[in-house]
Amino acid sequence: MPSVKLSAWEIVEIARNPKRKTSLDYINEIFDDFMELHGDRNFKDDKAIVCGLARIENQNYTIIAEQKGRSTKENIERNFGMPNPESYRKAIRFMKQAEKFKRPVITFIDTKGAYPGIGAEERGQGEAIASSMFEMAKLKVPVISIVIGEGSSGGALAIGVANKVFMLENAVYSILSPEGYSSILWKDSSRYKEAAEKMKLTAKDLYDLKVIDKIIKEPQKNGEVDFEKLANNLKKEIISSINELKKLDDKNIVQNRYEKFRNMGEYIKL
Amino acid sequence: MIVDKIKKREVQAVKNKKSNVDIPVGKWLKCEQCGEILYKEAVIKNLNICPNCGYYFRMHIDRRLELIIDEGTYERFNLDIETTNPLELEDYPKKLKTLREKTGLKEAVACGTGNINGEKIVICIMDSGFLMGSMGVVVGEKITYSIEQAIKQKLPLVIFSVSGGARMQEGIISLMQMAKTTSALTKLDEAGLLYISVLTDPTYGGVTASFASLGDIILAEPKAMIGFAGQRVIQQTIGESLPEGFQTAEFLLEHGFIDKIVERKDLKDTIYKLIMFHKGGEK
Repeated sequence: MPSVKLSAWEIVEIARNPKRKTSLDYINEIFDDFMELHGDRNFKDDKAIVCGLARIENQNYTIIAEQKGRSTKENIERNFGMPNPESYRKAIRFMKQAEKFKRPVITFIDTKGAYPGIGAEERGQGEAIASSMFEMAKLKVPVISIVIGEGSSGGALAIGVANKVFMLENAVYSILSPEGYSSILWKDSSRYKEAAEKMKLTAKDLYDLKVIDKIIKEPQKNGEVDFEKLANNLKKEIISSINELKKLDDKNIVQNRYEKFRNMGEYIKL
Repeated sequence: MIVDKIKKREVQAVKNKKSNVDIPVGKWLKCEQCGEILYKEAVIKNLNICPNCGYYFRMHIDRRLELIIDEGTYERFNLDIETTNPLELEDYPKKLKTLREKTGLKEAVACGTGNINGEKIVICIMDSGFLMGSMGVVVGEKITYSIEQAIKQKLPLVIFSVSGGARMQEGIISLMQMAKTTSALTKLDEAGLLYISVLTDPTYGGVTASFASLGDIILAEPKAMIGFAGQRVIQQTIGESLPEGFQTAEFLLEHGFIDKIVERKDLKDTIYKLIMFHKGGEK
């Protein structure tokens, strides 16, 4: 696949492919040990975001990951990877513990967006996303976010305020879906392919826009993604970036993240 | 998720044959709620509220400033910036130019300092007449700059939100403004300064999911529509009708997401009182 130039829409289709590896696949492959822990201590355990503790050699990590289902049954359980507010509040709980116990945070982003439902609004979806970004921005430990599939809207960014943002070669990251975009901007949802091209949602576009820091290649073997190799490369990137970030003290790790987001988006002075 | 909110507005607009922008030009206008034909001057004198049924018309930035800030004390920040049009959309710069001419506004937010009953604050006011108050890089930068000025000058911050959310025309860069404004608010919080967020009709999407929801105190105007996802998207997703009063300010108050609903006529004094309640605690 890397040898053929894919259209943005084709990449959207790859990112959404139900057979594409999910967060737990990466977590289990990359980390020596992973223990999932549950609940927001307030309302419930929302399964669209998985949280837990993990280790690579002597380094402990806090994991926060948006999780799509790998079967219909699992997808129903996980609300197709669309978090309710409880998911973000669970994430906040784990961020705070990561800081308390000085564990770097690794987040995996893969969602069509935060769930648009009555209950989600009743329980403050907007406030939950805002608070998740707020807590993340303050964290005194290194944070890496990895967009592995679909990173769509505030539901994705809620766990994306990181020191380093990686993105898989065929993942997408955008303000919303191309379908939604074309229907809002052009009042015509059938122009989604065109929208995908316009939106600058591919890893390369986002690297050029300085929204992400690194593109993780998806090496091929026999016409398929060589998952083992990919996960191993990602693991190396996580280890080396965390080692680099650990050199920064509490104040500078926060400042490093602050400056990254403070400078998001260029503008012209008049 | 501002998506459907905008669409919904269109539907409403057709249904009510209304203009979305503040009070329409001309001497007369029709109330969107009761249908009464009203003399425009009378409505303006009545704080943009229908004298017949109490319906809240949206407010132009200038009129909101008149309502909230002591006369002659507003000083806008000297920050004249423009988007780079990151998605290189052909018609976007043209659209902005037309809007500037039509509304007399530079962008969807105005920021500066001013006094409330003699108390100096940093104030940001959004306007729905400018691309539905959507947040692109200019809005994000101006809000962030204002937060930084509040910190620098040790002043309380008051933001009046009205927005469909992140601005589609600037794509991912708009989305990132949520993280930018939110990050800046962590510094305001650390500095121990007061931030009052006032939600007006409508506040949705990426604005609800960032600075608008992060006030120390969150106020709202009566019946303002406030939410993350727009109603049409929710309806399409769940396939059932929405409960009466869903996503109104009253609904948010009931569910614990805002501190207080305040009538337009009482907003200035309420904000003033809140500022006074927070005085004397500075480090």
